[in-house]
Amino acid sequence: MAKEIMTTNRAVAEAVKLAKPQVVPVYPITPQTTISEYLAQFVADGDLDAEYIRVESEHSAISATLGASEAGVRVFTATSSQGLMLMHEILFAAAGMRAPIVMADANRAISAPLNIWNDQQDSIAQRDAGWIQLYVENAQEGFDTILQAYRIAEHEEVMLPVMVCLDGFILTHTVEPVDLLEQAEVDSFLEPYVPKFAYLDPERPMSLGNFADPTYYTEARHNMQVAMDKSMEVIKEVGAEFGERFGREYGLTESYLCDDAEIILVCMGSMASTVRYVVDQLREKGEKVGLLKIRSYRPFPFEEIDEIVKNADKLAVLDKNFSFGIGGALFADLKAKCHKETYGFILGLGGRDVIPEYIEEAVELTKNPVKEVTWLGLKEDE
Amino acid sequence: MVSIGCAISEPGSTRKNKTGSWRTFKPILDKDACVDCNNCLMFCPEGCVNKDHDIDYDYCKGCGICKEECPVQAIKMEIE
Amino acid sequence: MEFPEEELLAPGHRGCAGCGVAIAVRLALKALGKNTVVACATGCLDVMTSPYPETAWEVPWIHVAFENAGAVASGVERALKTQGKEDVNVVAFGGDGGTADIGIQSLSGAMERGHNITYICYDNEAYMNTGIQRSGATPYGASTTTSPVGNLSFGEDKPKKNMAFIMAAHGIPYVATASISYPEDFMKKVKKAAETKGPAYIHLHQPCTTGWGFKPEHTIKLGRLAVETGAWGLFEIKNGEFRVTYRPQERKPVVEYLSAQKRFRHLKEEQINEIQEFVDNQCEELGI
Repeated sequence: MAKEIMTTNRAVAEAVKLAKPQVVPVYPITPQTTISEYLAQFVADGDLDAEYIRVESEHSAISATLGASEAGVRVFTATSSQGLMLMHEILFAAAGMRAPIVMADANRAISAPLNIWNDQQDSIAQRDAGWIQLYVENAQEGFDTILQAYRIAEHEEVMLPVMVCLDGFILTHTVEPVDLLEQAEVDSFLEPYVPKFAYLDPERPMSLGNFADPTYYTEARHNMQVAMDKSMEVIKEVGAEFGERFGREYGLTESYLCDDAEIILVCMGSMASTVRYVVDQLREKGEKVGLLKIRSYRPFPFEEIDEIVKNADKLAVLDKNFSFGIGGALFADLKAKCHKETYGFILGLGGRDVIPEYIEEAVELTKNPVKEVTWLGLKEDE
Repeated sequence: MVSIGCAISEPGSTRKNKTGSWRTFKPILDKDACVDCNNCLMFCPEGCVNKDHDIDYDYCKGCGICKEECPVQAIKMEIE
Repeated sequence: MEFPEEELLAPGHRGCAGCGVAIAVRLALKALGKNTVVACATGCLDVMTSPYPETAWEVPWIHVAFENAGAVASGVERALKTQGKEDVNVVAFGGDGGTADIGIQSLSGAMERGHNITYICYDNEAYMNTGIQRSGATPYGASTTTSPVGNLSFGEDKPKKNMAFIMAAHGIPYVATASISYPEDFMKKVKKAAETKGPAYIHLHQPCTTGWGFKPEHTIKLGRLAVETGAWGLFEIKNGEFRVTYRPQERKPVVEYLSAQKRFRHLKEEQINEIQEFVDNQCEELGI
């Protein structure tokens, strides 16, 4: 199919339409809103045969989504920022109940102060909920990842919800060419969902969301970790199959010029495009730098990362989030799981532009470190 | 092995839990006095009185609602 | 009235001896039958009926959290619709805390959107599962662990939130109050609610032996006293039309109801008179 020009939100909505969810409960929030609007229009036009529920909050969006998923149908919802925060409790329930929900999160800063622009604090704050988190770099990846997300979530040995994270405005509201797939192509890749572990059918009564005492709780949570481990393999398999079918391959990570790099810049989401540009610029100057883009933040593919960074001297980790008292989340994870000299850089908070100069500065400060964690572009008091 | 999502596919399986052991007082029905009003059947929190008004002592917790709601005092509570 | 023999709430559940909500659910499920899916808010009911790996439920049942039974039921109803199972009764159960307090937004949304669901609030007038704390449905004068009687306090100092009228204000086709002590009235209302196309709400008064402080054998007696004194009224609002479904022949003084419970035992004549006056006004308004 010919490429069309569209935002990542539009690309996500197009992918959702092709995945044919039966129930879509959504609540508007900037910068996710256009996803819910496109889906509403698809339903209104009869292009998507789904029950669209105009819920009264994100809390109810995820609750209705979970209820529908447990009743045995494919579902979709989308949110952002404060909305994701409001969903927090039910995100854990969704993962614990092993509901194969696919949700898009338009990454946006968290209040206070109130801010509608991009960073990744919202999804990072949900990293322990038991959801698979995939970060996308552009509109095409947004489209492709939604389709893969259903395959991953609904895999019998995974059965965990998947959050597809899109940088707010930078992706959600920026138009790019996107290669859409035909319905028949998607149907051959993604079959209808047939519930095996949870349904609400009076012919075969099940009780779901039960009360588990100390005898069972630990094993229930451990089962989730087993599934999360398994999902690494599944993400790779599904990404490879997608590549075979449609020519665009995906994995847990994506590396660029890492083999001989002395310093590897590590990041997630749209920032990878800027970093790739800076890597090219610095390579022209003879600097041995590379890019490691983390696509799957949960599960965290540390063994694969270890392999990619094995020849490098140092890692420069770029985080659009901050865990107070320690540093960026990605930085902390890499420090904990990979055996490299690692420096963390905080940038792009609340929509501040991630400019090439900041990335060059991160490389400089990794070569000649002053401290472990640096906030780039910080305006000091006069 | 804990099931996926702790889902339970055996409906009514609390029947394995014989709550009769909780009981201190045991309701005894005098069937000759019974007028078939069904109050005991209707109001039993355990649903352990059947249509013939037999009480299932495996589950009866001895709350005494059946005795209290019997219009002809056909049920008395005996200490076990 | 028909009283099906089949028990859809199995024994062996962990409800207290004399538990009112167990009676409520048994009666409701007898009225609804097997073609029913239940969504349940966190509370006594969920905890006592779903101790993994056992369940007391004979019908499909889902619990997610405390405050979202309305939204979960919404999702379930729509999912069943897409599966061509529109004939299935979707019923939500929530306690007074899960309904009138923490779950009111989720419930309001579900009612306003017109989902074909029946929501039954089992009102035992406090947070019983956590140990008798005050909720928005706790009545005036009741001593709870968070509205305790003390040197400066006679217990709860606000009247009970009127959930049935709040639901009626949503313009939904069926709203009713009920009591577990009037099973025929309750079961008829559950049937009507289930047969209603669109949302239905039943606010069920449910005495609690542990929380109110009375002997377990008196669960039904207390519910009856509430109605016979006028402290609790039985009515329905069908398509906007209000109708009292039971009128005590002669209302008993409210003190008979109050003095039978530990939670009101501290009340002085002054407060009892206030409550009597409140009940008299309420009955006049309702036409009881």
